[in-house]
Amino acid sequence: MTGPVRHPPFGRFVAAGHQAGRLLVQPRMGFAGVRVMRDGLLAVRASGVPAIGTVTLDSYTRVGQFDEAARAVARGLDLNGFPIVTHGADRTARMLHGVVADDFPVQVRHGSAQPERIFRTMLAAGLTATEGGPVSYCLPYSRIPLRTATASWTRATRLLAEHPDECHLESFGGCMLGQLCPPSLLIAISVLECLFFVEHGMRSVSASYAQQTHPQQDAEALGALRRLCAEHLSGVDWHVVLYTYMGLFPRTPEGAKRLLRESARLAVRTGTERMIVKTVAEAHRIPTIEENVQALRIAHEAAASEPAGTSESEMDTGIHEQASALVGEVLGCAPTVARALPLAFEKGLLDVPYCLHPDNDNRTRSVVGPDGRLEWWNTGRMPLPAAVRVHREPLSHRRLLDDLDYQRRRFDQPVPA
Amino acid sequence: MTPGLAPELTTGTGPRRRFVLSSVPSDAHMWNLVVLQLFIEEMGHEVINLGVCVPVDLLVDRCRAEQPDCVVISTVNGHGYIDGVGVIDALRADPACADLLVVIGGALGVVGDRNTGLAGDLLDHGYDAVFPVAAGQTGEAMGRFREFVAERMRLPV
Repeated sequence: MTGPVRHPPFGRFVAAGHQAGRLLVQPRMGFAGVRVMRDGLLAVRASGVPAIGTVTLDSYTRVGQFDEAARAVARGLDLNGFPIVTHGADRTARMLHGVVADDFPVQVRHGSAQPERIFRTMLAAGLTATEGGPVSYCLPYSRIPLRTATASWTRATRLLAEHPDECHLESFGGCMLGQLCPPSLLIAISVLECLFFVEHGMRSVSASYAQQTHPQQDAEALGALRRLCAEHLSGVDWHVVLYTYMGLFPRTPEGAKRLLRESARLAVRTGTERMIVKTVAEAHRIPTIEENVQALRIAHEAAASEPAGTSESEMDTGIHEQASALVGEVLGCAPTVARALPLAFEKGLLDVPYCLHPDNDNRTRSVVGPDGRLEWWNTGRMPLPAAVRVHREPLSHRRLLDDLDYQRRRFDQPVPA
Repeated sequence: MTPGLAPELTTGTGPRRRFVLSSVPSDAHMWNLVVLQLFIEEMGHEVINLGVCVPVDLLVDRCRAEQPDCVVISTVNGHGYIDGVGVIDALRADPACADLLVVIGGALGVVGDRNTGLAGDLLDHGYDAVFPVAAGQTGEAMGRFREFVAERMRLPV
């Protein structure tokens, strides 16, 4: 009989790694079976690089279809992640026994707009670090109303906050639809979700940002995110996590590796504490354990050869000003963040470009600009400075396809000798 | 202009038709739906985009109410061959939707083009056309869909 494994506080582990000058790397890894999930975590721990383990859940568990997940497990079918609720706390604790250690925390990644059962199960299994958010796991991946997701996330966040061990919650707000969301809006949503977590009692949070299409723009964005976190999250433990590009990924192994290396260098240059990698298999299928470990090593090597930087970027294109304006307007529209977030989307103060969720205004549009930076095409009703350009004419499907494919084209091209 | 297409349907100035565009219950992918909406609008038609993870009941209700000229199911998560059957069975079982023009397309199986034999199964269940999309061939599949629409809608209604 094994009880829950006690976890070292996630935030403290990340801070120690950063002080030692190490970028902590983490996979997006999840398998259906208990044994293969355990093998995967052990392989990450033995990878020889400073890493954090991940248990990514399957899409049935994400949407609360626990019966479907159970049926698949009973039949021995493959799922795209670990069905933690179906396996239950005891089996999950046994899976983790001897895996989690003082030098190896494990985070649960799930994608759920209503995560209470997931959180209860992971806490009972001894896991205290997870991620998501009422906006970032509702608008892009579900069709439940934003107010329903916010109410569920309020209860779920309190489960973590009231747990006797210190829990950690990361906002997924820096990803919104994976690509083509301009940095200022990603930053604003990530900071607002962290504020939502703190409002419900969290003492350790992280803000996220997904690599986009232009290294200098991304560096400016990470600097702006860090500045806004410092302004708004004083008194709690916080850090920044970078996601390697989340949009259409290069198909060639060389292209995929170059994009991964570029993200690792970006992380180090901007003083980012933690990074979640992508693998060479990304464009094709769910990566194997070996491909995940390879990606961690590639990211670590690229990071180790990059001189550490500060969060100051060399150019100011107004990302901090835009993000700050969005955060300020949203916080000003209601007495609590939990009430402000759905209201802000209703009023169009926040509006994710192209997002089809019924609670998103869907008037904003964005493009990859001539220099490769993400640009606003139409800012809808968002309170952004007048200097931001607004185009009236609609974008063509051809332009949108080209912009979605921009990074893939760029990185799949052979490097000139 | 593409040869063989009715002029009014290639210029976007012809009769405006109404499309219902939808994903299947288990698929949360959104970009395919965004691109297809623009594509159909550029053909000169109206699109009612139901978005991601559409429950079968919701799809049938909306189709019954809207009586669209065409229903387009787009899915890329690899469960299209399974979920697509449930969708078409429900539509064909409803008297108000049994005769609607319904097509499905996208990355329908988990192993790419090796699944194309399964397209026949979807046709047997009642789809009017199936557009499997192999990796990197989005444009070709969309071209075939466009030709199909032009041909079908040139017929007297």
